[in-house]
Amino acid sequence: MRIDWTRNETLVALVILGFCALAALSDPGFLSVATLTDLLRGGIVLGIFATGALVVLISGGIDVSFTAVAAFTMYVTAMLLNAAMPWMPWWGAIALGMAIGAALGSINAVLIAVMGLPTLIVTLGTLSIFRGFMLTFVGQKQITTLPPGMREFGRMMVIRGENADGSFYSLHAAFLATVAVIVVTWAILHRTMLGRQIFAIGGSVESARRIGIDVRGVQFFVYVYVGMLAGLAGIIHASMARVANPFDLVGLELSVIAAVVLGGARLSGGHGTLTGTVLGVALIVLVRNSLVVIGIPTTWQSVTIGALILLGTGLPAWQAKRAAARAA
Amino acid sequence: MGEAFVTLAGVTKTYSGITALDDVGFAIAAGEAVCLAGENGSGKSTLIKILAGVEQPDRGLIRIAGTDQGALNPRLSADAGIKVIFQDFSLFPNLSVAENIAFSAEIGAGARLVRRSRMRALARRTLERIRVDIPLDAAVESLPVAHKQLVAIARALATEARLIIMDEPTTALTEREVRVLLDIIRRLKADGVAVLFVSHKLAEVLEVCEHVVVLRNGRKVAEGQARDFDAGSLTRHMTGRAVAEAPPAPLPETAPLLLRVEGLHKEGAFAEVSFGLRAGEVLGVSGLLGSGRTALAKALFGLVAPDRGTITLDGRAVPLGDPVAAAAAGIGYVPEDRLTEGLFLTQSVLQNVAIGRLGAHEDRLGVLDLGGLLAEARGWLGRLSVKAPDPDAPVRSLSGGNQQRVVLARWMARSPRVLVLNGPSVGVDVGSKAEIHAIIADLAAQGLGVIVISDDLPEILCTCHRILVMRAGRLVEDIAAGRVGEADLAHRLAS
Repeated sequence: MRIDWTRNETLVALVILGFCALAALSDPGFLSVATLTDLLRGGIVLGIFATGALVVLISGGIDVSFTAVAAFTMYVTAMLLNAAMPWMPWWGAIALGMAIGAALGSINAVLIAVMGLPTLIVTLGTLSIFRGFMLTFVGQKQITTLPPGMREFGRMMVIRGENADGSFYSLHAAFLATVAVIVVTWAILHRTMLGRQIFAIGGSVESARRIGIDVRGVQFFVYVYVGMLAGLAGIIHASMARVANPFDLVGLELSVIAAVVLGGARLSGGHGTLTGTVLGVALIVLVRNSLVVIGIPTTWQSVTIGALILLGTGLPAWQAKRAAARAA
Repeated sequence: MGEAFVTLAGVTKTYSGITALDDVGFAIAAGEAVCLAGENGSGKSTLIKILAGVEQPDRGLIRIAGTDQGALNPRLSADAGIKVIFQDFSLFPNLSVAENIAFSAEIGAGARLVRRSRMRALARRTLERIRVDIPLDAAVESLPVAHKQLVAIARALATEARLIIMDEPTTALTEREVRVLLDIIRRLKADGVAVLFVSHKLAEVLEVCEHVVVLRNGRKVAEGQARDFDAGSLTRHMTGRAVAEAPPAPLPETAPLLLRVEGLHKEGAFAEVSFGLRAGEVLGVSGLLGSGRTALAKALFGLVAPDRGTITLDGRAVPLGDPVAAAAAGIGYVPEDRLTEGLFLTQSVLQNVAIGRLGAHEDRLGVLDLGGLLAEARGWLGRLSVKAPDPDAPVRSLSGGNQQRVVLARWMARSPRVLVLNGPSVGVDVGSKAEIHAIIADLAAQGLGVIVISDDLPEILCTCHRILVMRAGRLVEDIAAGRVGEADLAHRLAS
């Protein structure tokens, strides 16, 4: 296979390899199962968020409200189950969370697809509204006793083990949910006409209308789907943290979009891959978890992430510009 | 001649009191090519929209394949086999050739899952039908314009097509690409597909058309056999007046040398280009797409940095590769694609002219004299007879010819010595074209040096004192005006 050096994916993969090599040099203990499971754990919620953000970016829009949807969903679900349905099993809690997320997503969908408002403005608005509504009318206190279903889910592991030095490692079952989300999203994007229509409207809305694509319907699906994924991510986040903190998650949205853009999705729409998104998330998680291993203080985290975004998206853009100048 | 596939009778359409189409009727037979000619604003776009089912006529009859149509909508029209290829092609730049071709067919068939091999087979079959070889997996955004158009044609043919409407199909094509297109049209006609051309590069499509309809101000003003029309009579019908296009009066011997280009070279674009331009001279530079004409035009204005060579204006060297310095030295450049390169589309007409003069209306503190600035811009709009209903309306709302005038007005406000016009009348209608040519002659008469870069040969022949022919990056010929005809020039470009 030929390596395409102009692709973001290649660059991000190289940076990841370089980072791991540096980390392994400065701390031989870095290359361990424990590090890997830590990284995978860190990518569970980010990965689901990023997959949703990718779908929106491909459709030519942008959604910044998904973190508020997730926080709202986890808090309301935990409260509702504690108060009225403590018997609900873990999968019921997840299903309820996805339904609440989808319902909130449909508010975005109505404003964007039906009323035709700009996506950034709508989702900036709903980001504030969802969060403000929850804090004002639902509650501000952490829920430290989760409903039994979510507690049970919080304890589910797919891998559990003990290191040579006696420390434990484990991989949460929610990792499988992230994998499932990625597989299902891949199938939608690449194996259904609906997915191809998402790419098509991201390429040109006007052309899509002219060949009879139901642009509103496709956009509606996109925002409901993203809301549903955000709901799922919210439930997973609370279950894994074993607490529903209404102040969690919000503020993460730009890092998530950064990861997706780092992986090659274009803000102008129509372009983006799941491979790139997964690599982008991996790099962001790596920087968040392991920057200190290569001797950079944790306070430099956001500077590093910013520099990576400039490098990762700037370099291919600069190369494309040079290629265009040569062709002129 | 077969029976009529589409018949229009008494079609009338008004938009908020303005009559766009007034009692228009004609017929298109199966396998026939019809040329619908008209200036911008003549109603031809409205007619396309009515046939495509996008707009409903107020009155009139539309009969398709022998059936009177009630209210037509885009779906019904497409199902009846009427396919419109819009001027911008309406393709998906991010998707592959195969997907672009097969997309509407698959949606029409109600497919839910991606049937990749089926889509590829359909795309391959359709491309074979027009005998074109374009890689199925290439992203459409990476294709040259001519190939994008072929993909758009293939997409129209991928579903049952009985009438293909092509809106300004030859605007972006070079002569050779137009030949390929015309061959395809001939093959489609042999298959019984009707074609409706809506074009202003009229001479080129006349040879494949049986039938010509001319619209002016929403009315049908002429109709007849294509062989009874030529470029001159079409122009006369479209504009309602005779537009005489003669080469400019010869330059006086005393005209001083203004611009001197010496050994300008850029690897892979153009090689060792040298020429002089005298005050009051209109110099044509022509060549096929890829001959380096556009790169040369951009290099004169510093948008492309040449590897070596010199440009001197009035004996002073102009720095290379620096558009700001080139503008300060007195060189102006009007780009080919004025929509993306030359205008701020959403800003007002007035602001678009004024933007070039911000520096001259600043006082010592850097505060703008807005009144003076806008008054000056208004003056130039008037002098170049820009027809804008309202100088505060966005430039986007103007016709192509008027947009071109706005770009010219901006440069004229800076009183340049040399103007480089790249494709000055691309995408404008015949009447505006003649007016732009008159403006060019007027500018030259004021002592400006004008360089016209174009592959529109009649335009080069009627505006230029001297014609430079470019081939594979080199200037190969220097021809005085009146010494060459259109066919001869076309041959020199391509040989």
